[in-house]
Amino acid sequence: MDVMPKWADAILIPILSILISFFLSGLVILYLGMNPFEALKLMVTGALGSTYGWGYTLYYTTNFIFTGLCAAIAFHARLFNIGGEGQATFGGLGVALVCLAVPWPHWTLALPAAMLGGALFGAAWAIIPAWLQAKRGSHIVITTIMFNYIVAALMVFLLVEVLKPEGSMDPATRRFGDGVALPKFSDIFGLFAIEFSDAAPANISFFIAILACYLFWLLVWRTKLGYELRAYGHSESAAAYAGISPTKMIIVAMMISGGLAGMMGINSVMATDRLVLNSVEGAGFIGLAVALMGRSHPVGIFLAALLFGFLYQGGGELALWASIPRELIILIQGLVILFTGALDNLVRMPLEKLFLLLRKPRSEEV
Amino acid sequence: MDFLTLIQILDTTVRLATPLLFACLAGLYSERAGIFDIGLEGKMLAAAFFSAAFAAITGSVWLGLLAGMGASLFLSAVHGLASITFRGNQLISGVAINFLAAGLTVLIAQDWFQQGGRTPSLAGAARFNEIDLPFQSALADVPYLGPIYSELISGHSILVYVAFLTVPLTWYILFRTRFGLRLRAVGENPAAVDTAGVNVIWLRFVAVGICGVLCGLAGAYLATGLQAGFVKDMSSGRGFIALAALIFAKWRPWYALFACLLFGFFQALSFRPDVVKAVLQFEIPGQLMDALPYILTVVILAGFVGKAIPPRAGGEPYVKER
Repeated sequence: MDVMPKWADAILIPILSILISFFLSGLVILYLGMNPFEALKLMVTGALGSTYGWGYTLYYTTNFIFTGLCAAIAFHARLFNIGGEGQATFGGLGVALVCLAVPWPHWTLALPAAMLGGALFGAAWAIIPAWLQAKRGSHIVITTIMFNYIVAALMVFLLVEVLKPEGSMDPATRRFGDGVALPKFSDIFGLFAIEFSDAAPANISFFIAILACYLFWLLVWRTKLGYELRAYGHSESAAAYAGISPTKMIIVAMMISGGLAGMMGINSVMATDRLVLNSVEGAGFIGLAVALMGRSHPVGIFLAALLFGFLYQGGGELALWASIPRELIILIQGLVILFTGALDNLVRMPLEKLFLLLRKPRSEEV
Repeated sequence: MDFLTLIQILDTTVRLATPLLFACLAGLYSERAGIFDIGLEGKMLAAAFFSAAFAAITGSVWLGLLAGMGASLFLSAVHGLASITFRGNQLISGVAINFLAAGLTVLIAQDWFQQGGRTPSLAGAARFNEIDLPFQSALADVPYLGPIYSELISGHSILVYVAFLTVPLTWYILFRTRFGLRLRAVGENPAAVDTAGVNVIWLRFVAVGICGVLCGLAGAYLATGLQAGFVKDMSSGRGFIALAALIFAKWRPWYALFACLLFGFFQALSFRPDVVKAVLQFEIPGQLMDALPYILTVVILAGFVGKAIPPRAGGEPYVKER
């Protein structure tokens, strides 16, 4: 039933939904006693007005690209992976363990190993819920939620009891050292004699995230596996009839999903130079909003991640300079998930009617 | 471990199980009617804030309770609108509601009270205070039965008793009334209910509404009974533990009571690591106690210990044939 042209479905509806959520956020800001446009101006200056701001915005963007792709690959197989948060947490542990295992001589060696460690740990945390869904029929949403909490408890245990260096009070690992320090944007742009703030944590993993977007596109739309995943997502029975194993699809999709979430660690954990409690900071959940907003397409995800990176950094600046707490961003995130995800039909139904009205006269002419 | 310590732990168990029980029964109504609700957490949190805020402003805990229920009902209405009227994804709607509540409560708390996202401490009539059942002091000296009566059964706030009474009430409504039969049917086979001339949409909205009221009670108890005021993120995953208890209970009211008591017991034990160590002769990390409800739920879901079969039409919007 293609009532609407493709561009309306892919671009118009998300944009309208986002506008509604921003409008409502604006009303909340107004209620809190601030002019929403002034708030926006403050956010833009804070997040995009300097290379320092950009550095943080793109740092957050990198996290959200990974978690967005994590949610999106699961969406393609019609799985709702709400466990991105836990998988990213466990992946962060993998990255930290790799960084701590060997005194790395140079980041070029450490980075691939850390990527592998993060991806493996992230995938490992996704595989149990996936297996339980595929083999035992346990609802993946519930099991992944449970796994988020289990890993949170596990991390407290590990950081407090096992990984904390002697005599330290913080629940955190020891520092990784200079051998794993990734080149920051100031180093990279410095090569081209472009000034970039070296206080901001954006680093080379931003480009790895972009590469991941491209590989994601290749995988989903240009490989047999991607075709099978999408086929399974559209209709399990049809896919099974065509010889696609549902078990394999669930497990593969979730492993890729968890692996992508785990890769986030190369950005968040390696930039902090040690593993701290709650290193993911809700990025796993923002990934859901990013994937919904970006319609599970890498380009959309990139743009949505950029928007959320901006909101995250801008929201932090807003908390700093105005009396509006950081939680504003959680509210906006909730509204975006609500309107682009659950209340999609609120925008879609009237639009479909509109397009039908526009189309009718032409079909009568024929 | 002596008898009094046991009574103390069980007493804490009852207190901690109460919000779980309210939220679990809330989820029960909703999910039995075919509406998955992972937004229990958010509704509880919103109710906790608004009940504490209104109790602090008006000085009356009952007005606070009403406000809490109102906030929870509002979020229920959003959930109903998204998942019943607009046939959206119920899971996504639930996730959204959790974030809305987490964000809004802190924003409004900061705006109203400027105390870093919390409400002022509540005291006196602004809280649900402990009530002593008759003869509790007279019977306190009776060996064994005395402490059980005066420590464990007596001396809770009224909402605790309401929570425990809600269990038989829910059982009666669901399994002994026409409304309950219809509600369960609408979660299994909405088309059949529709054919019988019952309004599916209306019935589901009622179920989601009951869920809102019960989540409101859960949140109000958290902020005005269990603790004296709202703090940021104070529901701290209880909505998800309740969800776990609901699955553990296989969507049945009496089982839900025992599941919530069990999970409340784990929470109570994590406050007393010394007792756990004394009984087991070895130390269990507190984090393991925290994670136990979640681990148990996964084991139950995996079907290794009995099978949890959710309502058949759960999660699917009902589309009337045209």
